Amino acid sequence: MFGSLRYRKNRDRLIEVGLLAAGLVAVFTTLAIVGILLYESSTFFQHVSLKEFLTDRLWTPMFSEPHFGIMPLVAGTLVTTLVAILVAIPLGTTIAIYLSEFAPHKVRESIKPVLELLGAVPTVVYGYFALLVVTPFLQKFVPGLPGFNMLSAGLVIGLMIVPYVSSVSEDAMRAVPNYMREGSYAMGATRLQTALRVVVPGALSGIAAAYILGLSRAVGETMVVAVAAGMQPNLTFDPRQPAETITAFIVQVSLGDLPHGSVGYQAIFAAGLVLMLMTLVFNLIGFFLTRRFREVY
Amino acid sequence: MSASAQAMQLEQIRRDVERRKVFDKLFVILGLLVMCACLATLFVLFAKLVSDGSERFSWEFLTNYPSRHAERAGILAAWVGTSLVMLVTALVAVPVGVMAAIYLEEYAPKNWFTSVIEINVNNLAGVPSIVYGLLALGLFVYQFGLGSSILAAGLTLALLILPVVIVATREAIRSVPRTIREAAYGLGATRWEVTKDHVLPYSTGGILTGMILGLSRAIGETAPIITIGALSFIAFLPTSPFKGGFPYVSFQWLLDPFTVMPIQMFNWVSRPDQAFQANAAAAGAILLAMTLLMNGVAIYVRYRFRKKINW
Repeated sequence: MFGSLRYRKNRDRLIEVGLLAAGLVAVFTTLAIVGILLYESSTFFQHVSLKEFLTDRLWTPMFSEPHFGIMPLVAGTLVTTLVAILVAIPLGTTIAIYLSEFAPHKVRESIKPVLELLGAVPTVVYGYFALLVVTPFLQKFVPGLPGFNMLSAGLVIGLMIVPYVSSVSEDAMRAVPNYMREGSYAMGATRLQTALRVVVPGALSGIAAAYILGLSRAVGETMVVAVAAGMQPNLTFDPRQPAETITAFIVQVSLGDLPHGSVGYQAIFAAGLVLMLMTLVFNLIGFFLTRRFREVY
Repeated sequence: MSASAQAMQLEQIRRDVERRKVFDKLFVILGLLVMCACLATLFVLFAKLVSDGSERFSWEFLTNYPSRHAERAGILAAWVGTSLVMLVTALVAVPVGVMAAIYLEEYAPKNWFTSVIEINVNNLAGVPSIVYGLLALGLFVYQFGLGSSILAAGLTLALLILPVVIVATREAIRSVPRTIREAAYGLGATRWEVTKDHVLPYSTGGILTGMILGLSRAIGETAPIITIGALSFIAFLPTSPFKGGFPYVSFQWLLDPFTVMPIQMFNWVSRPDQAFQANAAAAGAILLAMTLLMNGVAIYVRYRFRKKINW
């Protein structure tokens, strides 16, 4: 029934190798992402100088006289991300403080999964919402707002990342030990004072990590901006304008029939590389902020 | 200080605290308002999709191919494509993810190599989904020559949800108490026997939850699939997986061109013709209902298994 011990041991070793191979898939994926982005971009940079890429103010890779200045796309990405984060941070942090410090156990346990649905909605559905609900609504308050604009796309992305911000911040706040709260109450502080002056500072590194997570999501968000922000590169920092983000550009090119090996085809890999670098920079900033503000208790 | 002065001071402090407690109540109201606002948006979103798409909800919508006429256009190719892509994704991501999680929890020695794998899994969870599309375009579509096929799309989404499956499985495995493993080892079981007969059965709930959550994410992903070059106008179905002669099954469909629900919706949203917005809304409502349903099932499964197991 069991087979000899040696057979079972050998089978175990074989299985371990198989399991390790599965674990290595993650490593190979990372290597492949970096490899593909660098390889295809290197061909791109043989056609386009790094100086033009960084300083040209136009991004028109599909035109007969193409310009390859990444700045308009970076500006579009930064503006939508900024709008999103300005929505998500106040909302997400308020919810996190409420759930962690004020809500009864039952409320917390039942609200959290429902809130997380906000992050589960397919992003193309959010795009529809931004284009056909949020923009018409905003047009009542912002005169002359064009049908495609970064404002409504950013607002909707902000809403989408609220659960990422709130649930990670809440975990961080709940990890603050209870004796710190009790010490604060003993000094006559109310719940809100304790939350704002003891718990939040104590959990700051975790909260910063939550913000960075939300930021990364916002930078990489594609379909909302592709649907609602208009797909025209536009070097502006005015959120009321239509513009194109890095991600929307990749979608735009992919929708057309671009021949493999053309400069336009390689441009999407260069754009992807910039996207990865931006995510990386935000994460590094987050890492150092976290270390700087870490409270040890 | 005299006793009466002390009492007055205490009175002053009490009044102070009472005054500050008002802000507590105000904050509770604010917190509830913010949460209600978020949930209300979700509700408005769903209601808007259903009302905009109501004129399209019919049997024909599910059985028609896309068309130039909005009222005749349907999602047949899209939902068949989505189902097949999800099948490939699940068949790849679940075994690989569960195996990787077993390795990390039960087998991996504590050394730098293991931490490299762990850091990789965490980082992959934060990579924007469109970058997976670029990876797949360069690797699967061109290097491996898979083309813009169902197989390429399924593999792409499998890589995308791999971290979700791994993290969920690891959590489930970690919650199995040490004592159970030690009892099995004590009876002479090998490591794999312990894993297969004890750890995995107890982790089923967590693994299922991770799988459903991962698939619910994959089903709504649009950007990576567009990037690998999926078509948005497809008026045929992939080759049937069943055929008359021996061996009765065919894998030709894996290499067929396809479209999926979110791409079909995106295509309709981006058309200037207003009539297609109703199609987009109807497709969106179905997509959203499927996602919410999957999430609901995941929550239920987690709840059921948590309740059933008492260590």
